Amino acid sequence: MLKQIEGSLGVAEAVALCRPGVVCAYPISPQTHIVENVGKFVKTGTLKDCDFLNVESEFSAMSVAIGSSAGGARTYTATASQGLLFMVEGIYSASGLGLPIVMTVASRAIGGPINIWNDHSDSLSQRDSGWLQLFCESNQDAVDTHIMAFKIAETVGLPVMVCMDGFVLTHAFERLDIPSQEVVDKFLKEYEPNEYLNTSEPISMGAMVGPEAFTEVRILQQRKMARALKVIEDVTKEYRELTGSKSGGLLDCYNCENADLKLIILGSSVGTAKDEIDRLKKEGINVGIISLKSFRPFPYAKLAEAIGDTKQVICLERAFSFGGRGIICPEVKRAMEGKNCDIKTVVAGLGGRAIYGTTINGIVKNALDGKFTEEFTFFDVDASVLNSYTQKTEGVSFPNGPICQSQIDNSVNM
Amino acid sequence: MKKKAFAVTLDPATSLSNHTGSWRTLRPVNVFKLPPCNNQCPAGENIQQWLYYAGEGDYEHAWRVLTEENPLPACMGRVCYHTCEGKCNRGFLDESVGINSVERFLGDYALEHNLGFKMPSRETGKKVLIIGSGPAGLSAAYQLRRFGHKVHIVEMGQEPGGMMRYGIPVYRLPRNILDAEIKRITDMGVEIECGRKVENIEAEKKSGNYDAVILCLGASISTNVDIPQGDTTSILNALNVLGEIETRGDIQIARRVAVYGGGNTAVDVARSLRRIGAEPIIVYRRNRDKMPANEEEMDAAIEEGIQVKWLSTIAEARKDSLKIEKMVLDENGKPKPTGEYEELPADAVVLAIGQNVDTSVISKISGLNMEKDSVVIDNETMMTSVDGIFAAGDCASTDRTVTRAIGMGKHAARSVNAYLNGRAYKKAEKHEIAKFEDMHPWYYTDAPKQIREELEAARRCGTFDEVQKGLTEENAVFEARRCLSCGNCMECDNCYGVCPDSAIIKLGAGKGYEFNYDYCKGCGVCAQECPCGHIKMVPEQI
Amino acid sequence: MLEKIKFYQTGSNTVGNRMLNPAMRTIQASEDRPNSLISGHRACQGCGEALGARYAIDAAMKATNGQIMLVNATGCLEVFSTPYPESAWQIPWIHSLFGNAASVGSGLAAAARILAKKHGQENAPRIIAQGGDGGTTDIGFGPLSGMFERNDDVLYICYDNEAYMNTGVQRSSATPPAARTATTQLVGDAPGADWGKGKDVPLIAMAHGIPYVATATVADLRDLENKVTKAMSFHGARYIQILVPCPLGWGLNSSSTVTAARLAMETGFFPVYEAEYGKVTSVRKIRQKQPVLNYLKLQRRYAHLTGKKADPNVVARLQAMCDQNIKNFGLLDDDNTEAAPVAIQAFERNQSV
Repeated sequence: MLKQIEGSLGVAEAVALCRPGVVCAYPISPQTHIVENVGKFVKTGTLKDCDFLNVESEFSAMSVAIGSSAGGARTYTATASQGLLFMVEGIYSASGLGLPIVMTVASRAIGGPINIWNDHSDSLSQRDSGWLQLFCESNQDAVDTHIMAFKIAETVGLPVMVCMDGFVLTHAFERLDIPSQEVVDKFLKEYEPNEYLNTSEPISMGAMVGPEAFTEVRILQQRKMARALKVIEDVTKEYRELTGSKSGGLLDCYNCENADLKLIILGSSVGTAKDEIDRLKKEGINVGIISLKSFRPFPYAKLAEAIGDTKQVICLERAFSFGGRGIICPEVKRAMEGKNCDIKTVVAGLGGRAIYGTTINGIVKNALDGKFTEEFTFFDVDASVLNSYTQKTEGVSFPNGPICQSQIDNSVNM
Repeated sequence: MKKKAFAVTLDPATSLSNHTGSWRTLRPVNVFKLPPCNNQCPAGENIQQWLYYAGEGDYEHAWRVLTEENPLPACMGRVCYHTCEGKCNRGFLDESVGINSVERFLGDYALEHNLGFKMPSRETGKKVLIIGSGPAGLSAAYQLRRFGHKVHIVEMGQEPGGMMRYGIPVYRLPRNILDAEIKRITDMGVEIECGRKVENIEAEKKSGNYDAVILCLGASISTNVDIPQGDTTSILNALNVLGEIETRGDIQIARRVAVYGGGNTAVDVARSLRRIGAEPIIVYRRNRDKMPANEEEMDAAIEEGIQVKWLSTIAEARKDSLKIEKMVLDENGKPKPTGEYEELPADAVVLAIGQNVDTSVISKISGLNMEKDSVVIDNETMMTSVDGIFAAGDCASTDRTVTRAIGMGKHAARSVNAYLNGRAYKKAEKHEIAKFEDMHPWYYTDAPKQIREELEAARRCGTFDEVQKGLTEENAVFEARRCLSCGNCMECDNCYGVCPDSAIIKLGAGKGYEFNYDYCKGCGVCAQECPCGHIKMVPEQI
Repeated sequence: MLEKIKFYQTGSNTVGNRMLNPAMRTIQASEDRPNSLISGHRACQGCGEALGARYAIDAAMKATNGQIMLVNATGCLEVFSTPYPESAWQIPWIHSLFGNAASVGSGLAAAARILAKKHGQENAPRIIAQGGDGGTTDIGFGPLSGMFERNDDVLYICYDNEAYMNTGVQRSSATPPAARTATTQLVGDAPGADWGKGKDVPLIAMAHGIPYVATATVADLRDLENKVTKAMSFHGARYIQILVPCPLGWGLNSSSTVTAARLAMETGFFPVYEAEYGKVTSVRKIRQKQPVLNYLKLQRRYAHLTGKKADPNVVARLQAMCDQNIKNFGLLDDDNTEAAPVAIQAFERNQSV
């Protein structure tokens, strides 16, 4: 059914359609509207047979989710940024126990300093945790991905993070096509756990595993991730056929045929980029966009196939690793090992700095002009802001324009 | 479950494959200790065991356990001086268990319900002669009859019972009780021939074709002492007085009577005289502290208004008074004459200074060793220096009590049984005694001793009615349940409950517990929390 | 006739008694007790926590006809009971993290309820979340309070051995003053744990106004079983703190576990009571009051107070603490207390050295 509603409400409706048994929530911007709406559905009885718990911290939220999922109930929660970090111990516990929890991460910068606006530092910080990480381009993608996430999680036996850009998507009003309850029921059956706590068949979950078997347990988790690649594709196919939607999948290619340059982008910037790419095409510049949907498991083979024999790839990254470089770029390089392809990181949009069409335009032009000489470049720098500090304190100033790593390195060696 | 996770999920109770017993350096073992009451009882009763059944209300079972060792509980429950109670570990908590009261209850119960002894299952064809039907003789006869031997007792008195009839007054031991318990023994086929004194024991043995003889003569004659007396003073002896009162219910005696002596017999005489209307006064050479008479009896005597002249000896007996010399105790507690005299108005003296064995007949047995007036016996076999002649009771012991006599009679009987079967007799070894220090008193509930109802002192002075009433069933069971079960399991489930490893197996009601050494880590909590101290931690054999 | 007689050899002081009618014996006395925690676990010899856990969970199992599921915090109990491949639990059990047992319990309770509703079952299985004092009073405190505040239907049991034992006997907020732990060693001017620190979680639980709060020890089994049984008769948040001596951590003989717990009660060191909706409803009276020294001298963690060099002031202060507990809760026979009890740490903090 078509609705013009806030992204958060759309997600809330999607989650409710999946008939979760337990939802728990601790408020943090920008996830608040999602869980507030789910809470309302429970209270009005729209969402039946569901317990909604207002917990006292995100650590508690993940823990309640663990208990609930281990008890055999379909479980959902949502968080962002600081909240995600507060529950990290629980994140690892959930994936270690193989509990198919679905959690929205309304991607937001991690403090300090505190910043409530959108970037990908929170979700990407948990890339090693054993959770599946699915990114959403748009609110429609978010609605559909949440529904698919339950099925993927329950099939694979691992929890799933559905990452949607905070504020940019969550608080945006868009036209959404919400599937009907019948369609969702057809797609997503009642949760049948592989194992769960019940009094007729007692088990002890969460044993201490020593060196004699720990490696093997970890290998089995890696194996689940390997299986997940196919599950994501199968579930996406099934859902698309059922609803006509174009959401989900491991990645999506836009205008990739004969592209001289391909941009790899996660999240809502894909939408902005698509518009700009259309404009550039009229100028005769052919740039492809690979919208990366699944960051974990990372679709190395599929990505290599999508890049093909394009010689230049730019990863638009909204997070990076301090003292290191980009996060996405090394993965892409791994996928393209042995092939002749130039892959670089361009950082933009940190802490909610908007990515405009002009940003994309600038990146494309710089890339095609060969202006990105290093692997790692900050693109949308405001030199005056930077210089207002560095000039005053150290007498160091940066020129306007993108700043690459060597400039940073040199700036301290003076 | 569709599919359980590897390693992170475990099946229930899989820890049972881990035999933590291998951790032990100490292991718990059950020790069965000898309770102090059992150890003390001169009759060798298994007191703790019969208290166990009495406490459950299984009185017949309790009585049968008791009568394994002592066939006269209704009598003993009235006259035994219950030294067991003095050793009872319960005394360290509040008061000792009223063992004697419960014994009496069981004895009376058996009489009320006409419980009898089982007939022997077979006859051995052996014959044993027993001289004397006092407690020693009756006890020996009972035990021998159980073995299937034929027993013939010859008793010089008109009726059986010995000192129990002729020495202990009726108000302490009613005769119907005594008769009933003796009848139970004769119902087994024991013959008691009364009114005849055996003059020649060896001849008697030969003529009767007896395979063995047990001498149970008792100490039936009073000790004499020389007191200068005038013609008209009457000096009687205690046993005669008691005997007279027994057979005729009364005695011709003056009003003011001095009872000379400080033992139980003196007290018995004084209290008996009081009941027939005389005014007895006990004259004793030492003080109350040193008096050998039983405390309870003496208390009762004083309550009955019987007076006592302490630290006095009789120097001279005149027509209606006695010349008394005052004594003083030296640093060793021995009385010493002071040379000071006084007059005590008295019309008669009853000597109650001791009893001796009548050695006139036994001294004729060739080769029989005596020491003073006691027959010498081997402590293991109870045999005298003459083969086939055994002895038990007052005639073979300086510890002259009814209960001791019963114990010796039993011991002699068992030894005779072995002798008749051509075996050597060895008494069972005593195992470790259960000491209070090894027990854990916290667990016992507070429960004060029941006091037996006593007849009002005034009323009882006029009659020979039994003074002490027995316990009601409720009180008797209460009393039995106060027993701490020293050193022996009473199935309190503590060990089973406190083991952190569930390493004790409960075998079921009445069957006790077993240590599961597969899992027992040897922590020792069971031993420390066992109320009666019957678990011991011993080093593991590594 | 026999039924009228109340006194037995050991009365209700022992686990069972062959003369007591079986209904009056403890659950532990029965041959078919649940044994929720079975043999083969790796607890130390004489472990009070292993004992306390079996006592409490068996009682809960009996009270609910076997419908119990457990959530366990990280700690000794969890580690010694479920090292792969051996689990000593016979009932459903989950371990997640150190500080989240209460929250996992809340989630599990919600799931159990929802599933029971879906499958048309009248009674859902009941949830017990359990952990040591470290996991409860410190790192798990936030989630615990959250569970209380929401009145989730979870019974939380804290096995209090007064330190972080599994990691090597470090101090927790449940460690009593002057006790030796690895982080409060017996050195310096004030050996052992500091005065004026610590937390009274049972009173804090009461302040949340939850339906039922109680303290208990492994030395009074009947009392413990009654409390767990009573707790299971309530729905909503409940809390029981059980004193479980640790032979290794306290420096006790492994055989003295129960004895030490008994002395903790009988000296007033550990007050035993129960409360409903924030008010104390009953106390376990001290049966044979003992001076605190009798308790201290069993334990090497208090060795510095029982030798020649012992500081009598410290012992006196501990004695005063015990006496204050007795006063606060009315633990002696004739005592009755009107005022609401106050955390003993307040009293300690109020003392000048």
